[in-house]
Amino acid sequence: MIGLVVVSHSAKAAEGIAEVAAQMGGGNARIVPAGGDEDGIGTSPDRIREGIEEADDGDGVVVLVDLGSAVMNAELAIEMAMDSEAVIADAPILEGTLNAAVETTSKKATLDSVVERAEDARDYRKLN
Amino acid sequence: MADAETQREAVLDALDNVAERLAEEKEYLTDLDSAIGDADHGANMERGFGKAADKREEFAEMEPNEVVKNVGTTLISNVGGASGPLYGGSIMFASQELEDGITAETSVAFAEAYLNKVKDRGGAQVGAKTMVDALVPAVHTYKKSVEQDDLPPLEALAKAVDAAERGVAFTVPIKAMKGRASFLDWRSVGHQDPGATSTLFILEELLETAEEYLDGEIDRDARAEDAVGRDE
Repeated sequence: MIGLVVVSHSAKAAEGIAEVAAQMGGGNARIVPAGGDEDGIGTSPDRIREGIEEADDGDGVVVLVDLGSAVMNAELAIEMAMDSEAVIADAPILEGTLNAAVETTSKKATLDSVVERAEDARDYRKLN
Repeated sequence: MADAETQREAVLDALDNVAERLAEEKEYLTDLDSAIGDADHGANMERGFGKAADKREEFAEMEPNEVVKNVGTTLISNVGGASGPLYGGSIMFASQELEDGITAETSVAFAEAYLNKVKDRGGAQVGAKTMVDALVPAVHTYKKSVEQDDLPPLEALAKAVDAAERGVAFTVPIKAMKGRASFLDWRSVGHQDPGATSTLFILEELLETAEEYLDGEIDRDARAEDAVGRDE
């Protein structure tokens, strides 16, 4: 099953998003929160790399990020996690993670399909 | 340059010099960063290079390129923010170019690989008020001085430092287009970029170290004149 890693500047935000998405995935999705850094607010390439390794069961990992250094640190973590195939989805972190969680539970899910579903969330409107 | 052992000593000395300099400049870098950023650049750089310099014993048995690589990974784990991947990740990546040792040729390849990684990762071009504004003139000048002008590496590095200095000055009157400072829009004009400044400090310390290990002398008076463009 394709794994998900949630990278936010806040560890609590990453955990909360993973929690909501886990429910959407019916409890079967592999979602690992990797938020915050040693000092609190921030992102850590080491934490993200460990998250990727934990989320990967061999099928690969999609990484969801918030902004700024989260993107750079996720890219770096992917380069460091050389035994795992991982990609970043260019999607809003909460909605993207929910979409991706649902897609990973599909038998036909691929890395591409999970990224695509996550990125569908870019166009979601909340009113109307 | 000399044998692997001397090269490793040079890298370790450079690391010590950079760590010491960034510790001295911690407050200055923090002041620059508090004007247009989040006031953590001085502390982040001091911590990261300090941790790397603390590993001198651990590095003492490694090949020179391995030392450089491990400096990169130590920075990745200890600098934080965007500077961790930009400085640490780029050093780690560029260290591949030093696998066959440190020569004039491989140092140019290292410098270019470092610059390209910073540009790829951060997405900044010249004129965005970032470390790229110091790096591009430094790396271009170094490459041209070594490859086309056949200057000895020490002289080439001195010219690169001068070029970086002008690049840092260039960040003052321009508007930030990348990073947190870009959120300030026009308010960023008139402030010197902290990343370009720490990049210059690192290059200055590399030059100081190179003077100990490489033949030749640098005419500091000529450098100063050259830096403000009075003398060609």
